Amino acid sequence: MSEIKKIKNLKEFSTSADRFEGANLLCPGCAHSIIVREVLNATNDDLILSAATGCLEVCTAVYPYTSWDASWIHIGFENGSTAVAGAEAMYNALKKKGRLKQPDREPKFVSFAGDGASYDIGFQWISGCFERGHNMMHVVLDNEVYANTGGQRSSSTPIGSSATTSPAGRVSYGEKKNKKDMLSIMAAHGAPYVAQVAPNKWKNMVKAIQQGFAVEGPVFINAMSACTTEWKFAPEDTIDISDMATDSLVFPLYEIIDGKKLNITYRPKNVIPVEEYLAAQGRFKHLFKDQFKYLIKEWQERIDSNWDYLQRREEAGV
Amino acid sequence: MAFDKMELRDIEVWDGNFAAAQAMRQAQIDVVAAYPITPSTPIVEGYAKFLADGYVEGEFVMVESEHAAMSGCIGAAAAGGRVATATSSQGFALMVETLYQSSGMRLPIVLNVVNRALAAPLNVNGDHSDMYLGRDSGWIQLDAYSPQEAYDLNFIAFRVSEDHDVRLPCMVHQDGFMTSHTAQGVKTLTDDVAYGFVGEYKPMNDMLDLDHPVTHGVQTEEDWHFEHKARQHNDLMTKVMPKIQEVFDDFEKLSGRKYNIVEGYDMDDADVAVVCMGTSVETAREVAGEMREKGIKAGVIGIRVFRPFPFMEMAEALKGIKAIAALDRSSPNGAPGMLFNELSGVLFSQKSDAALSGYVYGLGGRDLTKAHLVDLYNELQANADAGKVLTPLQQFIGVRGPKLSFL
Repeated sequence: MSEIKKIKNLKEFSTSADRFEGANLLCPGCAHSIIVREVLNATNDDLILSAATGCLEVCTAVYPYTSWDASWIHIGFENGSTAVAGAEAMYNALKKKGRLKQPDREPKFVSFAGDGASYDIGFQWISGCFERGHNMMHVVLDNEVYANTGGQRSSSTPIGSSATTSPAGRVSYGEKKNKKDMLSIMAAHGAPYVAQVAPNKWKNMVKAIQQGFAVEGPVFINAMSACTTEWKFAPEDTIDISDMATDSLVFPLYEIIDGKKLNITYRPKNVIPVEEYLAAQGRFKHLFKDQFKYLIKEWQERIDSNWDYLQRREEAGV
Repeated sequence: MAFDKMELRDIEVWDGNFAAAQAMRQAQIDVVAAYPITPSTPIVEGYAKFLADGYVEGEFVMVESEHAAMSGCIGAAAAGGRVATATSSQGFALMVETLYQSSGMRLPIVLNVVNRALAAPLNVNGDHSDMYLGRDSGWIQLDAYSPQEAYDLNFIAFRVSEDHDVRLPCMVHQDGFMTSHTAQGVKTLTDDVAYGFVGEYKPMNDMLDLDHPVTHGVQTEEDWHFEHKARQHNDLMTKVMPKIQEVFDDFEKLSGRKYNIVEGYDMDDADVAVVCMGTSVETAREVAGEMREKGIKAGVIGIRVFRPFPFMEMAEALKGIKAIAALDRSSPNGAPGMLFNELSGVLFSQKSDAALSGYVYGLGGRDLTKAHLVDLYNELQANADAGKVLTPLQQFIGVRGPKLSFL
């Protein structure tokens, strides 16, 4: 039986035994470490982990050091999900053959990857893992950009964001394409549980992770990871920016069960204008020039329309 | 036991693919992650059928690409158990990134490579382009010339690869179609004897040992990367050959079938020799015998262990030979052939004055005929008599149009 951690308050949660050490090279203010800690602290079960090439990987396993006090593997940029799927297959094989060293313990299998490693280059591998139904959780550390390599656009980069390969300039407002809807795509794989979470809403997030651990089969978690370096805000503002993202509904929190039933899991008491969220980050600074201001209005309309869509799906139970 | 043993006849009629699949079954692999590609597909299909019929107990993961196949194998091997798969050609090329990753992570994995040409132009037939593509990847590469050898070398591969002093992945090569799809008599081992030879898998740094968490696949930059690569090269250069020889010896005691790191045929008193790999070795042996009837002291050297390259063993084998042909079944695309280059290094270091010439042949499944080899041996004899290479250093055999030669 899997063991779900009881959580009373943030202090107890944040100081409980840690399998991800604070000794790592992530930027001050990086949300990755908050997300990883919330995932790992959501269970007392043993963990078999992987990370795709990216910020998390290069900052937590630099020989001869490791920040991981649970078995962890990195192979490459695109195949972190399949690394864990292979380990899960070996677990099943050794279980059948009676060769597990600790046969009474059931580890959880979790792969971490950025949006580039999930939405773009690793997409096929994740799709394969989900189609085959491995008992694993894939967590996207979604900072909407190739942060590790210095801020190039990914298919998660939102419209109007200035990235190094889609820079804002004299005649361009930056990224031209809207963010890819990965949650719908992964739900369409028939995954038993997919959810969008944010580390600032930590209780909501831990609940989603625990629900993910409780189901059999592949689970997809898209975790917003505010990036102080590429979103361009002060390191101490990570949680404030994250609150603006969830409270403006730019980053709505919801889950889809068995690919068919959508539930909104967080409803802000006071919805704030999208403009406030955009204004707080350097990556959207140029949108406030006269020539590009129309995009802020379009942003608000798009977010309103998406929220309306999510509510209608929830209401219809689909 | 949740799986059944299979009763085999002492000699079965198997092609190379089925022989490899049978060896994989008998090795009781824990995880096979695979993706089909011609001409290696029947290995994967054969294994799937064994599973469907209850002769295999492990996990069989049919993934969505060869890159994912090797990625899954890496995850499974790091988790701690016996792992193998099969591929060819484009699939092998797609795997290349993960080949370097698996060897650098020191994970024992056995990969059956059914050799096939590389596109473009697309071609499904046998040559050694894929085998050559893997030669700097840090894997051990064994070459089988027949279904029997494809069967035997699989057992040997597991033993060498999984040895705790080695911990390096190992490829078993066979020629596409000529070996993989040509049925021959294969002397079998019983399931118990075969598994007894391969032995139980002994995990090391296994992720599934939950009391001892491990970190696999770390980052190293200029401070440590070189040491890791140097250690891997050191082990390939110093530990692998003695281990292969030891396992060859054990296998001979078990089966009576003797394998050598460099296979020499009619080499004791030879003046001229052809050095080649794969099915061409058998053709060359037959022609060498016929040349001897005509008074040419012809020999053949087959390379059994392609990586690590048997440099000193080759130096010994080539001692006293007057004229040598290096046969490369892969387009060098702008250079002398790989075997020509390796043998040049061997001969130069030994201050040999042997006349070495290079030949490129058999690309995309083009036949190497006995007539080609008769001509070749005659050229070698002329070189031996003259004490130097009389032809261009690089010649193409069997290609249409005017004779192609370079250098």
